[in-house]
Amino acid sequence: MAPARAAVRHLPRAPRAVVGSNVPRREGLEKLTGRALYVADLDVPGAWWGVTVRSPHARARILSIERDLGADGARAVVVTAEDLLRAGRDNVVHLIADDQPFLAHRSVEHAEEAVALVAAPTREEAERAAARVRVRYEPLEPVLDFERAETIHKTCAIDKGDVAAAFAGAARVVEGTYRVGHQEHAYIEPNGMVAWPRIDGVRLVRGSLQCPFYVHAALTRLFGEPAEAIRVAQTSTGGGFGGKEDYPDLVAGHAALLADACGRPVRLLYDRAEDMVATTKRHPGRIVHRTALDAEGRLLGMDVEVLLDGGAYVTLSPVVLSRAVIHAAGPYRCANVRIRGRVVKTNTPPNGAFRGFGVPQVAFALERHLDRVARAAGLDRVELRRRNLLADGETTATGQAVIDAGASRQALDAVLKRSRFAATARAHARFNRRHAHLRRGLGLACFFHGSGFTGNGEIRLASEVALELLEGGRVRVLAAATEIGQGTRTVFAQIVAQVLGLPYEAVETVDPDTALVPDSGPTVASRTVPIVGRILADAARELDAVLARRVGRPPGRPWTRRDFAGAAALHLDAGGERRVTARFSNPSGQRFDETRYVGDAYAAYAWAAAVAEVEVDLTSFETRVLRVVAAQDIGRAIHPRLAAGQLEGGLTQAVGWALFEEVVARDGRMANGQLTNYILPTAIETPPIELVVLERPFAHGPFGAKGIGELPMDGGAPAVVNAIADALEIDLDRLPATPERIAAAWLAARPERRRA
Amino acid sequence: MRGDLAALEVLRPRRLAEALAALADSDRPCPIAGGTDLYVALNEGRAPARRFLDLSRLDELTGLETTPSGLRLGARTTYTELRASRLVRRRAPVLAEMAASVGAIAIQNRGTLGGSLGNASPASDPAPVLLALDAAVELAARDGRRVVRRRVPLDRFFIGYRETAARPDELIVAVLLPSSALEGWRYAYRKVGTRRAQAISKVVAAVGLELGARPRRIAAARIAYGSMAPTPVRARAAEAALAGRAPTSAAGRAAARALLAEDLHPIDDLRSSADYRALVAGRLLESLLGALGGFRPGLDD
Amino acid sequence: MKLRLEVNGRPRSADVPPMKRLLDVLRDDLRLTGTKEGCGEGECGACAVLLDGELVNSCLVPACQADRRAVTTVEGLAAPDGSLHPVQQAFWEKGGAQCGICTPGMLVAAVALVERARRPSDAEIREWLAGNLCRCTGYVKIVEAVAAAARARRPGAGARRPKRVKR
Repeated sequence: MAPARAAVRHLPRAPRAVVGSNVPRREGLEKLTGRALYVADLDVPGAWWGVTVRSPHARARILSIERDLGADGARAVVVTAEDLLRAGRDNVVHLIADDQPFLAHRSVEHAEEAVALVAAPTREEAERAAARVRVRYEPLEPVLDFERAETIHKTCAIDKGDVAAAFAGAARVVEGTYRVGHQEHAYIEPNGMVAWPRIDGVRLVRGSLQCPFYVHAALTRLFGEPAEAIRVAQTSTGGGFGGKEDYPDLVAGHAALLADACGRPVRLLYDRAEDMVATTKRHPGRIVHRTALDAEGRLLGMDVEVLLDGGAYVTLSPVVLSRAVIHAAGPYRCANVRIRGRVVKTNTPPNGAFRGFGVPQVAFALERHLDRVARAAGLDRVELRRRNLLADGETTATGQAVIDAGASRQALDAVLKRSRFAATARAHARFNRRHAHLRRGLGLACFFHGSGFTGNGEIRLASEVALELLEGGRVRVLAAATEIGQGTRTVFAQIVAQVLGLPYEAVETVDPDTALVPDSGPTVASRTVPIVGRILADAARELDAVLARRVGRPPGRPWTRRDFAGAAALHLDAGGERRVTARFSNPSGQRFDETRYVGDAYAAYAWAAAVAEVEVDLTSFETRVLRVVAAQDIGRAIHPRLAAGQLEGGLTQAVGWALFEEVVARDGRMANGQLTNYILPTAIETPPIELVVLERPFAHGPFGAKGIGELPMDGGAPAVVNAIADALEIDLDRLPATPERIAAAWLAARPERRRA
Repeated sequence: MRGDLAALEVLRPRRLAEALAALADSDRPCPIAGGTDLYVALNEGRAPARRFLDLSRLDELTGLETTPSGLRLGARTTYTELRASRLVRRRAPVLAEMAASVGAIAIQNRGTLGGSLGNASPASDPAPVLLALDAAVELAARDGRRVVRRRVPLDRFFIGYRETAARPDELIVAVLLPSSALEGWRYAYRKVGTRRAQAISKVVAAVGLELGARPRRIAAARIAYGSMAPTPVRARAAEAALAGRAPTSAAGRAAARALLAEDLHPIDDLRSSADYRALVAGRLLESLLGALGGFRPGLDD
Repeated sequence: MKLRLEVNGRPRSADVPPMKRLLDVLRDDLRLTGTKEGCGEGECGACAVLLDGELVNSCLVPACQADRRAVTTVEGLAAPDGSLHPVQQAFWEKGGAQCGICTPGMLVAAVALVERARRPSDAEIREWLAGNLCRCTGYVKIVEAVAAAARARRPGAGARRPKRVKR
């Protein structure tokens, strides 16, 4: 089988082009030789081992905590909420609503909630001591079903046009209800932190994380200490996908509290089982669609209800809901839209960020629904989408006039062409006639994703980066964005090198340390390249201007290492600053009304389409994905190979969510919290993936680049499930589409099949 | 991981007699071969014993050979060895097929037949195939200064959920396949797992048919299932439904009906549902019978 | 027990409890932290090493069973002068690593394959690597890298074949 090839339309290259080429990866060699140090690899002499004592109950009052550790705990320390408060700490994990404690105090709100912390010189001692911590609970009745939950974390509403009128005058109305379950990140490296006690006025924490300044903010709040008193440094991080966006705040706080209590460094490293049951997951949801069409199959009105399960604490739920609601009507033209969103509290571990951040959930619902709409209206499902895709200047549900929406049509055409959609569908029909017990099908999805923080979030973040002059004509990039597999350090070096015209090797990058880098915001929301990369480009242009002025040459001309070194030396000798900083400047002028949900929700949307081909075995109802073809508009590929890697990885996570990945809960606790029973795709399940990478420059991204990390996750699942539904002519409205659900739908569709 | 492995003792005998003497001891050690199941429990902090008996030096438990009565597979035979063995591929290729479906390469290199049969998980991958092959287990124990051996047919070996007919002082030393099963019989096997590799089975079926030529009849059948009852089981009612019949989709359907009515007792669990298992077990049977008997299974007709 | 074994071609020894996991002996006692723990269940393959040339999950192997045997870890793949093993080189060129946590086990598994199969097909590569989970790459570039490494490999070139010790 031929390896997947990305068809990339390259823009004309500047001489000595660094951006747009597959330069050697900055972080690459150490990962290939086993020298990269992940948090569990750190050699920390004298470190103690930390263990977290967790609630077995989904909801309970804490009556007492007894800590007579006996001989088992002779050397151990225990920290509870009482200890924390007595020491004057603030028992709050600072995020949005400040409702989550580091340690449960009088009540637990979810199973596996942290109730106490234990540290001892060895793991075995810490475990034995932890087993002696006796917590007395009074169990209470938990709320576990989000569809019946009443406590609301957040609501969100979008109103555009006149939905009532649209439905009144519609030729046809189609309804559908869709459900998605949790998804567990299953990064191959579990969460972990190492914390040191306060030394020379500074508490240091090192570990696996995506957002060093989130951790920093959480710890300054916990300890009530100023910014300089907390230092957070990222170790090589083995995958994040959003699962290490906010959860590390908890791990870091716990580790720091233990280090504080025992006066020694503490390693708090989760094993797989703990990580799976205790940490955040993708928000489950129920999405209800009512869609009004005219006689020509154009969308007249869309009425969508989005209900998400936020778990026990607010954490990031308002932002997930916000993004879900904004994307719920999809990349389609519709003058009359009503969207109501709610994220509710259940007594389950809080859900959080996961690649896509609300969009995969609503994209699944919408793209499954459009196939239903097409069938009901007697329309071809490709034509229905094509007829309704947004064109330039037309408005989204929030009334944002989109630019470059032509990319969505281009993506659709690209996947149809590359998958030979019509011919393949005919081939499947022939195959299905010839095979009694195999069925093949094709599925399509069109989807989109806004880059950067929603609404005015980027303005509020006010991200900052710096460039530092080094000896020998080199420059160091200082930003808080973390490398978690996407190649952050590489693309940053490429951008800065290209702007300055310096060789790639002249630009250095570091893993973020809050003592060394300014806060360029979290590594989330597909913002690393378009937002932070753009600010870096601005900083580089500023640096170029400063040095060019210094030596009296025109700005914007490529530097040789020698000339650059000379200019830098002159600059520093004359008392110039070693560092140039730049801030987010809102280059697109984007503005959003966050009360009415009207306006420009994002500076840019990126557009994509995917086609999946599947074969379902009617003996076992197992699905084999034969192929996925995806086209994605990324603005500009800074590093084509890394970009392709993001698309391939995201699509594979989508296939996993579509077919295999299910969190089975019992009494509010994940019962299948092992990799034996939470099923990830292996190399065998993962289909060949063919990519068409579209480069249509985004005016405000560095070299035209948009965000790419999340979009491939957004639409893969509906493409796969649409293909299964196509193959078997059944309705599948819930994820994952397991063999059990497919079998049940198959039998339900043709009751005569049920054998006596 | 959790738990403390430092306190665990291991005995590492080089000779079977020594190993059996250790098992006869009142402080009985837990045997370990490849460790692919045991170490999952140890990693979770659930050590089944304080003392262990490492079998990895016992050459007497290795070997894949032809004997006058059939094939003898040492208990320490790994799945990799089954796949690589020319003898197995020639005389019992269904075993190699099964071995390829176990875990993934790193597990196949370490997991053993004896380990799987001794654990007696209802989801044991080799058990259904060995049941269809009419296998027997050879057990050995110490009796004074002698080593005594006995054979137990595999279809009488699994006596309860994770319980075997082996006495606590006995070791599985070999699996025996009779010549009668290796000639004149055809076998088919299919595992439906949570995914195609590294999967615990939801339903696993092995079917053997002895077909008479003129007239074309099913002379005998051996059908075995895993993950469908507290133990791996022979599906006797389904076998009886086939005896003497022509291999047709009607026969397949009759066998499937008998299978579900009498032989199998699927449950709901973390991995799957009773309904799905029942549905697929029947379909698998018809499908495998069709492949062996040369007919198109009815399934949804 | 006094564990004596050969690791990446060098004799090593350690005083360890006999049932300690080989994974922990490598990481803690021998300070070879290249091999990772991803699950402790033998599912993810991040802990994969070669034991007498055979691919195993070191989280499932007791130290006593590694006594007098040869272990190869990711640290042993590159040549003493630092030049990369052809499999590492192929991963480098094709982009076979993203976050890198699965990479050590994946490389070791890949080395075991290219030493056995001349021209493994795409399906054979995928089957061989099915015990090494990757959450980042979708396996696309990993499979490409292994195919390229298999093509590049010449008999005799590449990693030393570890000594086969009779069990």
